Amino acid sequence: MGKPGGFLEYERENDTCIAPLERIKNFDEFHKNLSPEKRKAQAARCMECGIPFCQAGEMISGMASGCPLHNLVPETNDALYRGNIAQAYERLSLTHSFPEFTSRVCPALCEAACTCSVNGESVTTKDNEKYIIEYAFEHGLVKAKVPTVRTGKKVAVIGSGPSGLAAAAALNSRGHKVTVFERNDRAGGLLRYGIPNMKLDKRVIDRRLKIMEESGIEFKYGSDVGKDVKAKDLLKEYDRIVLACGASNPRDINAPGRDAKGIYFAVDFLKEVSKKLMDENYDVAKLTECKTMSWGNLKGKNVVIIGGGDTGNDCVGTSIRLGAGSVIQLEMMPKPPVSRTPSNPWPEWPKVLKTDYGQEEAIAVFGSDPRIYQTTVTEFVKDKDGKLKEIKTVKLEPQKDPKTGRMNMVPVKGSEEVMKADLVLIAAGFLGSQDYVVNDFGVERNARTNVATKEGAFATSKDKVFVCGDMHRGQSLVVWAIAEGRAAAKAVDESLMGYSNL
Amino acid sequence: MNNQGLYDQSFEHDNCGIGAIIDINGKKSHKLVCDALSIVENLEHRAGKDGTGETGDGVGILTGVPHKLFSDECKKMGITLGGEREYGVGMFFMPDDDLKCARDKKMFEVITSKEGLEFLGWRNVPINESVLGSKALSCMPRIIQGFVKRPEETTNDLDFDRRLYVVRRIFEQSTDTAYVASLSCRTIVYKGMFLVGQLRTFFLDLMDKRYESNVSMVHSRFSTNTNPSWKLAHPNRMLVHNGEINTIKGNVDKMLAREETMESKTFSKDDMTRVLPVIPKFGSDSAMLDNTLEFLMMSGMELPLAAMILIPEPWSHNDTISMERRDFYQYYATMMEPWDGPASILFSDGDVMGAILDRNGLRPSRYYVMDDGRLILASEVGVLDLEEAHILKKERLHPGKMLVVDMKKHKIYGDEELKEHYALEKPYGEWLDGNMLELKSLKIPNIKPESYEGDDLIKLLKAFGYSYEECRESILNMALNGAEQIGSMGIDTPLAALSGEYQPLFNYFKQLFAQVTNPPIDADREKIVTSTNVYVGKNGNLLEKKAENCHVLKIHNPILTDLDMIKIKKMNKPGFKVSEVSTVYYKSTPIERVLDHLFVEVDKAYKDGTNILVLSDRGVDENRVALPSLLAVAAVHQHLVRTKKCTAMSLILESGEPREVHHFATLLGFGACAVNPYLAHATIGRLIDEGNLNKDYYAAVEDYDHAVLKGIVKIASKMGISTIQSYMGSKIFEAVGVNKEVIDTYFTGTVSRVGGIGLEDIADNTDKQHSKAFDPLGLDTTMTLDSVGRHKMRSQGEKHRYNPQTIHMLQSAVREGNYEKFKTYTSMVDKEETGYLRSLMDFEFPEKGIDISEVEDEKEIVKRFKTGAMSYGSISEEAHEALAIAMNHLKGKSNSGEGGESDERIASAGTDHDRSSAIKQVASGRFGVTSKYLVSAKELQIKMAQGAKPGEGGHLPAGKVYPWIAKTRHSTPGVSLISPPPHHDIYSIEDLAQLIFDLKCANKNARISVKLVSEAGVGTVAAGVAKAGARVILISGYDGGTGAAPISSIHNAGLPWELGLAETHQTLIMNGLRDRVIIETDGKLMSGRDVAIAACLGAEEFGFATAPLVALGCVMMRVCNLDTCPMGIATQNPELRKRFAGKPEYVENFMLFIARELREYMAKLGVRTLDELVGRVDFLKAKEDTGVKLSLDQILAPVEAYNKPDKDNLYDFKLETTPDERVLLADKGVMESIKKGTKSKVSIEIKNTDRAFGTLLGAEITRKNPEGLKEDTIVVNCKGAGGQSFGAFIPKGLTLNITGEANDYLGKGLSGGKITVCAPDDAGYEPEENIILGNVALYGATSGEAYIAGMAGERFCVRNSGARAVVEGVGEHGCEYMTGGCAVVIGPTGKNFAAGMSGGVAYVLDEDNHLYRNLNKELVLMEQVESKADVAELKDMLKKHVKHTKSKKATKILEDFDEYLPKFKKIIPADYKSLMHLIHTFEEQGMNSEEAAIEAFNAREKEGK
Repeated sequence: MGKPGGFLEYERENDTCIAPLERIKNFDEFHKNLSPEKRKAQAARCMECGIPFCQAGEMISGMASGCPLHNLVPETNDALYRGNIAQAYERLSLTHSFPEFTSRVCPALCEAACTCSVNGESVTTKDNEKYIIEYAFEHGLVKAKVPTVRTGKKVAVIGSGPSGLAAAAALNSRGHKVTVFERNDRAGGLLRYGIPNMKLDKRVIDRRLKIMEESGIEFKYGSDVGKDVKAKDLLKEYDRIVLACGASNPRDINAPGRDAKGIYFAVDFLKEVSKKLMDENYDVAKLTECKTMSWGNLKGKNVVIIGGGDTGNDCVGTSIRLGAGSVIQLEMMPKPPVSRTPSNPWPEWPKVLKTDYGQEEAIAVFGSDPRIYQTTVTEFVKDKDGKLKEIKTVKLEPQKDPKTGRMNMVPVKGSEEVMKADLVLIAAGFLGSQDYVVNDFGVERNARTNVATKEGAFATSKDKVFVCGDMHRGQSLVVWAIAEGRAAAKAVDESLMGYSNL
Repeated sequence: MNNQGLYDQSFEHDNCGIGAIIDINGKKSHKLVCDALSIVENLEHRAGKDGTGETGDGVGILTGVPHKLFSDECKKMGITLGGEREYGVGMFFMPDDDLKCARDKKMFEVITSKEGLEFLGWRNVPINESVLGSKALSCMPRIIQGFVKRPEETTNDLDFDRRLYVVRRIFEQSTDTAYVASLSCRTIVYKGMFLVGQLRTFFLDLMDKRYESNVSMVHSRFSTNTNPSWKLAHPNRMLVHNGEINTIKGNVDKMLAREETMESKTFSKDDMTRVLPVIPKFGSDSAMLDNTLEFLMMSGMELPLAAMILIPEPWSHNDTISMERRDFYQYYATMMEPWDGPASILFSDGDVMGAILDRNGLRPSRYYVMDDGRLILASEVGVLDLEEAHILKKERLHPGKMLVVDMKKHKIYGDEELKEHYALEKPYGEWLDGNMLELKSLKIPNIKPESYEGDDLIKLLKAFGYSYEECRESILNMALNGAEQIGSMGIDTPLAALSGEYQPLFNYFKQLFAQVTNPPIDADREKIVTSTNVYVGKNGNLLEKKAENCHVLKIHNPILTDLDMIKIKKMNKPGFKVSEVSTVYYKSTPIERVLDHLFVEVDKAYKDGTNILVLSDRGVDENRVALPSLLAVAAVHQHLVRTKKCTAMSLILESGEPREVHHFATLLGFGACAVNPYLAHATIGRLIDEGNLNKDYYAAVEDYDHAVLKGIVKIASKMGISTIQSYMGSKIFEAVGVNKEVIDTYFTGTVSRVGGIGLEDIADNTDKQHSKAFDPLGLDTTMTLDSVGRHKMRSQGEKHRYNPQTIHMLQSAVREGNYEKFKTYTSMVDKEETGYLRSLMDFEFPEKGIDISEVEDEKEIVKRFKTGAMSYGSISEEAHEALAIAMNHLKGKSNSGEGGESDERIASAGTDHDRSSAIKQVASGRFGVTSKYLVSAKELQIKMAQGAKPGEGGHLPAGKVYPWIAKTRHSTPGVSLISPPPHHDIYSIEDLAQLIFDLKCANKNARISVKLVSEAGVGTVAAGVAKAGARVILISGYDGGTGAAPISSIHNAGLPWELGLAETHQTLIMNGLRDRVIIETDGKLMSGRDVAIAACLGAEEFGFATAPLVALGCVMMRVCNLDTCPMGIATQNPELRKRFAGKPEYVENFMLFIARELREYMAKLGVRTLDELVGRVDFLKAKEDTGVKLSLDQILAPVEAYNKPDKDNLYDFKLETTPDERVLLADKGVMESIKKGTKSKVSIEIKNTDRAFGTLLGAEITRKNPEGLKEDTIVVNCKGAGGQSFGAFIPKGLTLNITGEANDYLGKGLSGGKITVCAPDDAGYEPEENIILGNVALYGATSGEAYIAGMAGERFCVRNSGARAVVEGVGEHGCEYMTGGCAVVIGPTGKNFAAGMSGGVAYVLDEDNHLYRNLNKELVLMEQVESKADVAELKDMLKKHVKHTKSKKATKILEDFDEYLPKFKKIIPADYKSLMHLIHTFEEQGMNSEEAAIEAFNAREKEGK
């Protein structure tokens, strides 16, 4: 399999990318695929390892290393290298429900664990995956498949995020009648509303949903289980319930002045932008000029984003597209090193500086990196109308807790600063699922506020009720959500039929 | 000794020395008997003895009945014998119990009279007990002779012997206490558990002058065990055998079945039933062969003919023999499969004596014809003092050839004459033409084979458990390249029985292989001896020569295409009846009922006259499941054996299940004649349709089938078997994880020692797999195959012990020197689910241990640690040196592997930066094995097998022979290197003893270690090795091994070390040999726990290979064979080597951590030193409630108390008695030469028992002068017969001249010295037409010169890489695997010349233009000698030959050089030639030779790309 020595012959080449100043003019995706020949060469770089660390998805030094879906990376790469893309797609779909999502939004644990990266650059597995799935869609390989036999069992999936969708698709394929309940107007969960369009074009989700609907899955939108629809009714009507409601409780920043107008949670901000974009049929002009947003028009305004993660970056990119006058991103932790330190060897997740698209754009537009490290907000300062006008910050430095031995970030005296802020976006992560669903079903939770199950299992404390995704494992990646959804579906299938061929 | 623990009687082997003297004119004498005894006494080194050295393994003699003696002695007792041959005499070993003895005697008398014969009386054989060793004495039987009068009605001696035979067979079946050594009117056997000298002194008869005979055959036994048994000594009743019948199980099964079809005119039906079974249940392979030969003779077959058909010469690929002879062999092949294996057999009925050698010629058999009418034959020359002037001829038995001396006709019959005689006896060709059908000529019926496509195909694939890798890698590779896929780095996945994944039944069976007691063979390079033909249909009556006998269907390739299958099914030929029986059953039927039903169907078919039975599993669907094909085949075959139908009906399998080589091997091995893998073929079609295989379907299928066949031939050849026909039903496997009931019922006779799954489990597994394909509810399933990660890991498949987490943790631990992390790592690898036998074990900790501070220090413990043998070449210089530096620093040992070692590294030994490997390996390729290399070692390891591919050789492809690798291996860059499967100087246990002796002489300070691979019977082999003088025995697990090998070998050959180690420990104790040797083990030792368990099971030392590599950065890429290792370890690519990030400290940390963890176990167990832990099986117990059906009882069987290895109790090689010590090294002049380089000369008389002559002296020279001395500094003139390994490894400056002759292995590993051999001036024969040198001369020579004025035996210059030699004729396989140097042959060559020769040059005088027929042209070119340089080289060598030997032939050639020159052919390997040319070109551009080599290599590589 693979091309022996291919990694010596070819250099890594990423998907081409529209220049920042050009791409911020709209909300479209900006990665373009390589030519088929170049793509083949990239696939040929795969070394077809004896141990494909890329597909392991195991915890190494406390972080996941390799793909949680255990994608058969060497096999897909080999098929791609041989130009047999249909087969590559077949191998990919064996482990993966929605490659079109992860190949756009995944931080690519596979590439971080790639053996090729020990002495060079990893294989472009994520780009390869995108090429394969897009090829599959273009060539009609991704088809609706209505089960030939129906089991007569009914399953309700609560939540249409990636884990709910993955569970629904798998259960449907086993002949169960699946209904997906979604409180929003559209399906997709965070895929839909947590990730901006330039990263994941919403039409990509629609394309998948259409196939799922054609395969016989029913979607109920605007039905908020726990509120509009009650657990006891669902339990009566359905043989099994799969909770996949996510961990949508955002972490807040408790500083004086938090009640100021102009402070939003990042998810709410991003959701509003995405919804508007779809409602306006992707007409960017209508978005940038819009004054009907909660915050009015963003043009020229000073935006401060609290949180240095992916969502924070998404907020940077979105703010720039909406015409912000300045964008600052605050991060509590120190600036990571440029390359791996000896204490962070391969195949551990590389704790290194990554400049994402939003930050690239900020650099292009404003001339500097928007990130400020080791800094946190101490106060939100309002003007007389109660509107936010500036924020007070303080520098932090790591200090070892003599008791626990853990590193804590503590404020540095005299490092206080003040900066202008018209809009603050809080992108500080999530805390767990929302109480009302959990309470309605009466399922137990664990210490981390996630719904409790036995390790590696998906059945909750409540009979016939299963859980998956962020609601189960806590805030995490799309790829984990899909893995959870698939595994939960297998557990559900087994509990219904006594065996499973999933 | 009874079966006990893991030991099983059936594992025993023996090898030996043989000899015979016969007077062609039938003149009897006592001297002839005495001489025969002298022969065996001079073969002492080919006989074994027990640990004490006082009891031998067995010696015996067969002679004609000594009438003079008996008639005198009997007269004294009042017995009237009558004239010669008017009575028969039986030699009895009676029980040493008065009552039992009396009963047996009485019974014999009764049987005799009931059979109408008159019993004359008993005679106690006079013996001298006092000469015996205690062991022999303790089990000595009562030895008596019984006399029977010849009935008047018998017309001849044979008739009488036949009557006696019937008597004996009845007697044998009536007693289990008495043993009849012989009973005949013509011959008698004296034998027992003697040392060679004791035979003469024990039996007083033998020394009696009245004891006269005209024929004597002697035998000395070297058994792997010191198992006391008088019976096992040779001769058997008809023959003496030196060798081993590898296919014995299959032969015996078929012989049993044949009893149904055999009818003889000489035996009444009644008599026939009384002598059956032909082969009694117990006995050695030789005894069974003897029984068969005897039976055939008694049934009226002439003795030479019987021998000829049991041990046929290779005839199917042999166009040097006549058509008639091929027809003759073809005719008998349809009825009798070869009894395959190394065999030199002498047989006699008292009137004729014959000798035959197996097709491979793996045993030396030299003979002289004397002018007084005697013929003397022995394993060696020089065993008897003979006057050269009276010798008419010196010859040897050639491979596959025979010789018969008829004393009645006073004639010697040569092979040609004999065989032509029998070949012309009947019109065999005509008979075959009229009766035998060939598959290829059967008519193709107008039917399309059923094929499967799309989802239907996938469903079937899933139902039969095909994995994605099997389709996309294994099948694809075979269909694409016609060869199996290569893998590397061993196995770290669970045994089939412990795996959580689906495992087809095939995977529960592990291939056995030859090691030590018989050699594996090279089916690639020695193709001429192999045959893949099988014969299908009812076997004929072997005992009657008639046309109908050969009415069978001949199939050339037992892997059938779908079309072949249809042809067979639809063949409509008189005399053939083909029936099909389905092995498909309805889901949920109890499997036992399925099998019973199957037997009923088979019996029904038999009754209907079926002679070709097709078992088919076509028709699997939603409701129908296929019986595992191996179970179906084995069960039906066993049923046929049990009911004696297996030669009446041939079994053909049509199945979707088999797809890997190993699958097919097991199917044939358990009884199928041919297999049609229809689903594997359909898979090939799909691969083509999908675009994964760009090839014509039929060509692809043909290549796949060819790859399978090649694979099976290889598996058979690993066991030393050359023909598929003999491999069929030979059951050469050990089951691991199948319960006794299943084995005994369906796989009868197969070794299975840990129990395991039963029929229900097999049914469950099958059902589960079926449900995956055909959903029980009719629901859709994925239409893609699962990846199971059996070799390369897949997260969703098999658990691997090396996985991302364990690799990361181990690497972090050793890099950081962090023991906590190491403990985390071991906690991961020690998990139960890792699926090893040791995973099922637990420690029996005492209540209170001891404090860890009391336990032996880590630094002491690591001295017992070693790194595995990995050659420089397979891994990079950086990695190789890192291992050596680390181990030297720890005072442990690293192992050079088989790639030699550079001068610089050897020179670094003892310095602060010691990069020299303490263990120097001696493997079959002998790469870089020079005197210097040997002298530099602390331990010399003889690699008999390696875990990754036991029984196989190696092949380093040209692209990996980088210039620096070539230099250390003494070969040419860019020219491929072949390591032969066997050591060509070890075909048997006594040969190994010889090599051990040679190496001891080559470096007397080094320990000699022998590396074996775990398999059933390794314990008995180890016992033999211990007896042969090894100090260390390494038992390697099958799972270890880092080398590249076919994946089916990596996974299916050999056994876990737990079994082999425990068996070895137990067997050595039982034999009283445990204190003689240190046991070492290796094979995926990964934690302190692993090592602690190994110690408890008996290991004193421990080897690690994979783990240290991982410590150095290996991430188990398993691409070692591709030269693309991204970590710079298993590669020579300079770019990749730069990436190497390992440090010796990492390896040291690993070793110290293992030791530290081991100490923790020792503390808990309460032992202070590792020595105290060794062998403490009582510390181990089987884990309870594992839910696994395996039983560890035999592994954990308690052992009796024993003495531990003691450094003072070493094997005594008696080096001080060698002429080297006595004469050469005692010579002042010689010592002066060694010190100062002055010249010296010594003259000495030598004989065959002076083995490895000159080697001790050579070692002394090298020690003082690593580069040797000036040519001819020390000259030793010898007179007589050179013993084995004459001049082995001698360095430059030492010259040994023999006037006389020499045995095998002359100039082995020649390292610069010079050897000459010439006949004495008074010889009564022409040296150039006679054999004056044995087999395998100059094996692995690296430099030096040899001049032989006479002919040499087989395999002259095998693996020569630098020596220059002249000889006047060679046997078969000359210049095999040669990589350098030059050989001039000025006489005839045998078959298969230059096979596998990848370098060097040979000039051959080809006067009759026959060379082209004998040349193996695969690698070499045949050219005229034209270039100036070539002519000069040839002439120069001839001149030197004349100078050193006064050769008449060479003188004649030189005198008439212009006339002779055109008759010379130059043999040069094609690749070598072009590379040498390139190197020359670069040298002419002004580069030095090293630069030129690098440039040439690079240029070549570029060209290749």
